[in-house]
Amino acid sequence: MRQFFVFVRKEFYHIFRDRRTLLILFGMPVVQIILFGFAITNEIKGARIAVLDQSRDYYSTRLTGRLTASGYFAVDQYLQNNHELEAAFRAGQIKMAIVIPGNFGENFFHHRSAPVQLLADAGDPNTATTLLNYATAIIGNYQQELNDQMKLPLRINATVTMLYNPAQKSVFMFVPGVMTLILLLVSAMMTSITITREKELGTMEILLVSPLPPFMIIFGKVMPYILLAFINALVILAMGTGIFGMPVKGSLVLLLAECVLFVLTALSLGILISTVTSTQQTAMMASMMGLMMPTVLLSGFIFPVESMPRPLALLTNIMPAKWFIIILKDIMLKGAGLKDVWLPTLVLAGMTLFFLGISIRNFKIRLS
Amino acid sequence: MRTILFLLQKEFLQIFRSRAMLRIILIVPVVQLLLLSYAANYEIKNIAIDVIDQDLSPWSRQLVNKLTASGYFRLHRQTFNTKDAWNDIATDRADLILVIPPHFERDLVKDDEAQLQLLVNAINGSKAGIAYGYAASIIRDFNQQVRLSWLALDKRNGPPVIPITYSNWYNERLDYKVFMVPGILVVLVTMIGAFLSGMNIVKEKEIGTIEQLNVTPIRKYQFILGKLIPFWVVAIFELAFGLLIGTLVFRLPIVGNIALVFLFAAVYLWVMLGMGLLISTFTDTQQQAMFIAWFFVIIFMLMSGLFTPVESMPHWAQVITWFNPIAYFVKVIRMVMLKGSGWEHIRTYLYIMLAFALVMNSIAILNYRKRA
Repeated sequence: MRQFFVFVRKEFYHIFRDRRTLLILFGMPVVQIILFGFAITNEIKGARIAVLDQSRDYYSTRLTGRLTASGYFAVDQYLQNNHELEAAFRAGQIKMAIVIPGNFGENFFHHRSAPVQLLADAGDPNTATTLLNYATAIIGNYQQELNDQMKLPLRINATVTMLYNPAQKSVFMFVPGVMTLILLLVSAMMTSITITREKELGTMEILLVSPLPPFMIIFGKVMPYILLAFINALVILAMGTGIFGMPVKGSLVLLLAECVLFVLTALSLGILISTVTSTQQTAMMASMMGLMMPTVLLSGFIFPVESMPRPLALLTNIMPAKWFIIILKDIMLKGAGLKDVWLPTLVLAGMTLFFLGISIRNFKIRLS
Repeated sequence: MRTILFLLQKEFLQIFRSRAMLRIILIVPVVQLLLLSYAANYEIKNIAIDVIDQDLSPWSRQLVNKLTASGYFRLHRQTFNTKDAWNDIATDRADLILVIPPHFERDLVKDDEAQLQLLVNAINGSKAGIAYGYAASIIRDFNQQVRLSWLALDKRNGPPVIPITYSNWYNERLDYKVFMVPGILVVLVTMIGAFLSGMNIVKEKEIGTIEQLNVTPIRKYQFILGKLIPFWVVAIFELAFGLLIGTLVFRLPIVGNIALVFLFAAVYLWVMLGMGLLISTFTDTQQQAMFIAWFFVIIFMLMSGLFTPVESMPHWAQVITWFNPIAYFVKVIRMVMLKGSGWEHIRTYLYIMLAFALVMNSIAILNYRKRA
């Protein structure tokens, strides 16, 4: 046991003496969570639109005014005729165009129908759908308002309550994802690199001939990173609540315990990567390609799992990040207790054991 | 010139002899494109809805039918028990609850006014907004329908309306793959450019072989070119390979001139390679180099408009994207491939890229010392 602690101490020296890496390890998550927390959002604000208003009467001008007053849209340019539409889209500045045919007001009040056309740049389908939705709602309200001058019969008033997130802040959606992503990558990459580094530099051989059993070597290498990653998790949590106003409705102890569990999962994943790669370069590429993109895309971090085709939706189940995001959201936003999150917890624990099991089987104590 | 050729030969040999590298270069892009393009889908349909219909009148049933028939909503549960419905929301089984109060129909006829309540799970704010938008417009339609039928009016003497027609340009079927595939290509190319080049140089430092290179008569620029060109070639190859898969598997439309994409990529890669080189000049270990490169690339990537629109960012973050090479490439590749934008539209971006490449590489070369 004493040997083991000496070994762990050696690892700590390694880490603390490399100031630059240490700075990166702690500075990086802080900068990233601030940047992403504010910048990754799909709330639409001030989307640039082009207006082709062929009537230019009082009512059509007010309609445009309504769109910009909502804050969702900002008029980028007024077009004169249909031919300019294509060019405006191609220059890449505008996201949507609204075409109001001539005699808008007259059509509305006398012919009882004044059509309007919305053209969206569906090169980005997400934004296009959202913009069309907003515009439709605004025009609908405007229509109601014009009608109110003559008091409509049979009105259905729908009141809406947005649960858990009344302001519909996308922060609540993205911050748990950002926290997970950073924690996973830092932990998994750190371990995979530190172990392959010994291999690449040849010092692994020295460790292997030492009296420490291989299991202890791995465990000793990972020990310091458990601590570092946990500190990272604390920092990230503190920032999530402090800066972005994420509530912690559930138990803080449970939340921290889940963080430790996830850190362990990520580290064991890192160990697994290190057993199947031999150089830092491949270990890094494997962590990047194998972890980063799938985590961003398949964990439900940005793209909802429900919209994925079935096989992929099933595949998301093997992403540790997905389960941790569920746990975070449930505990922080909904105030869930262990009886609500036992399933994801169990899955994460199972994954950790599985990764460790495979790594131990794969770990070669002999030289090639 | 001959020296560079030899250096290139050495580098290519090193790349091709490493099985893992080959695997990364050839297999990873295929897997990523195939898997991830299907995953990146924001489309919102099948919104699970719980209905608490306490009225059970013909009109309230009509409304429920209209909602479920719209294709956006899937009826998850119809119940009188409010608790059940709340429980569904808490466990994510339902996204939305519609409460139709008792005497809905009676109120509507007698008081000319009736209330409905919608409860939306808003953890995903934008999804909640869209779900509510769909529901509200269906309710509005229903209202109009009820009004016309009850008052026995037809369209001509009913209240006036503003009918809206839509068209989705450049991607009529709202196919998300068309949007994502070009972006994922950018990511692939970037990873090769920014990571492999820098790490390759640091590797020589770490293993100590750089000293051997330093004592040879190889000139500084020859060494740097010898290190960068192979990855430039590999990355361009990746782009072509990815485009091929994109067009074959996803029927990715290429509206504009594909040569423009390659031209832009060629310049863009020098920016990324320069960045890798710059990082390699002030790091000693691959771990450091990798973390720094990763730090910048993930920031560049997530803030590039690849996944979430740049326009949604706060203004200060948009200013940061002016210095984000990935943002330019994502924008240009989408403009050219989806909208057919031409030289005159992307020209400015290309000049910006050239400036970046120059600055980045000059700093890196000035910083590079042929000393241990």
